[in-house]
Amino acid sequence: MNLTLKVWRQRNPSEKGGFKTYKISGISADMSFLEMLDVLNEDLSDKGEDPVHFDHDCREGICGMCSLYINGQPHGPHQTTTCQLHMRSFKDGDTITIEPWRANAFPIVKDLVVDRSSFDRIIQSGGYVSVNTGGVPDANEIPIPKVIADESFDAATCIGCGACVAACKNASAMLFVSAKISQLALLPQGKVEKRERAEKMVAQMDKEGFGACTNTGACSAECPKEIKLSNIARMNREYFSASLSTENV
Amino acid sequence: MSWVFKTLNSTLGKKLLMALTGLFLILFLVVHLAGNLQLLIPDGGKSFNIYAETMASNPLIRIVGIVNFGFIALHAIYSAILTRYNKKSRPVGYAVTKSSANSTWSSRNMGILGSLILIFILIHLRGFWYEFKFGEMPYVTYDGVTYKDGFAIVSAAFGNIIYVIFYVFSMAVLAFHLSHGFSSAFQTLGVNHKKYTPFIQKLGIGFAIIVPALFALIPIVMFLQSN
Repeated sequence: MNLTLKVWRQRNPSEKGGFKTYKISGISADMSFLEMLDVLNEDLSDKGEDPVHFDHDCREGICGMCSLYINGQPHGPHQTTTCQLHMRSFKDGDTITIEPWRANAFPIVKDLVVDRSSFDRIIQSGGYVSVNTGGVPDANEIPIPKVIADESFDAATCIGCGACVAACKNASAMLFVSAKISQLALLPQGKVEKRERAEKMVAQMDKEGFGACTNTGACSAECPKEIKLSNIARMNREYFSASLSTENV
Repeated sequence: MSWVFKTLNSTLGKKLLMALTGLFLILFLVVHLAGNLQLLIPDGGKSFNIYAETMASNPLIRIVGIVNFGFIALHAIYSAILTRYNKKSRPVGYAVTKSSANSTWSSRNMGILGSLILIFILIHLRGFWYEFKFGEMPYVTYDGVTYKDGFAIVSAAFGNIIYVIFYVFSMAVLAFHLSHGFSSAFQTLGVNHKKYTPFIQKLGIGFAIIVPALFALIPIVMFLQSN
């Protein structure tokens, strides 16, 4: 497979970056997208050029570290992580445009690497249970209906990759924040603090400069973990009812 | 009270205001349509003129009318605030985007659709509302009671093909705006349920087709009658 890559290159956060075009050949259809970039980087290293910097870690689709806006879609044409995207999804001779996540709250560190610590700060603002709730309880010791447990688990599968922000025309983090609020609000251990949590996490989300929600549904459609829009509705309910009922005047 | 402003000033709060004002305006459309459809009753405008007079003289309706203007203004102002805020959230855009893969065109262009509707509303208000209220209106007498002949003003306007085309185009724009806005408002209010959401979405699409179509039907019929 021979490909033309248009890659965003930016030396540092303050420098104005731009696209650079690379020709790459001998790509196997069985390679993952990241392995294809590894090949490109080996070429660049051999030529003594600076390799393209991009985020990756587990390469198993579970860590949320890989990103990349590929041909106009976060994580490329399929609803998966970039590490699980394979070159068989492209044709010989294709031109592939690779851009970093674009959001005010995700500043570019270098090339395709963005700083997603704004997500960490949202979690730090309330995305936890304050007290030690002990070890794993015995099965059925805390009765939780299966549907609720499943709903919470589905929300908890969010890997915090930021594809929702990248896909959203407003660079909104609603899907991420709502998943994190939902997974805890649904279970007894998290329920106790759900009102304060909703208030604090939404406040931090706004402080970080993420946009508002237009309900386009792009986030959920591009989410590699298929986090549902119903989480955003739940967050709205939690936030508005918290605002009406907490004692924070 | 600072908590109220804090909540309404958050991104979620601003969207709450958009949703609530939007839903009110949806209700208003139904009432407005009920009035307009009386233009099609073949009695030379009698039903329409009596209806218009009844509405204009009812103090409760007048208060609702003022609230309605307020909500149109709020809806427009908050959309401008949100659009500015959202643009700031992504100062550098993408070179390539394939948004059609993940969202509908209407949902991504609510601002443009809304702006077109606002222009329509302003022209519409100048042409009809202002004329009814402050213009020199012709009068008609039914059963010894004198009424403003609003029907005459409307049929004169709808005799103009340019105005009819503009009106029908604006209703198409409204249809696209509603096709996203209706169900989106419920989602913002936190109403998302396996049982009700599919119904709300279908109702929204139905509403977005039927209501603007009926609005658009009136000038078309009146234009054909005038010629």
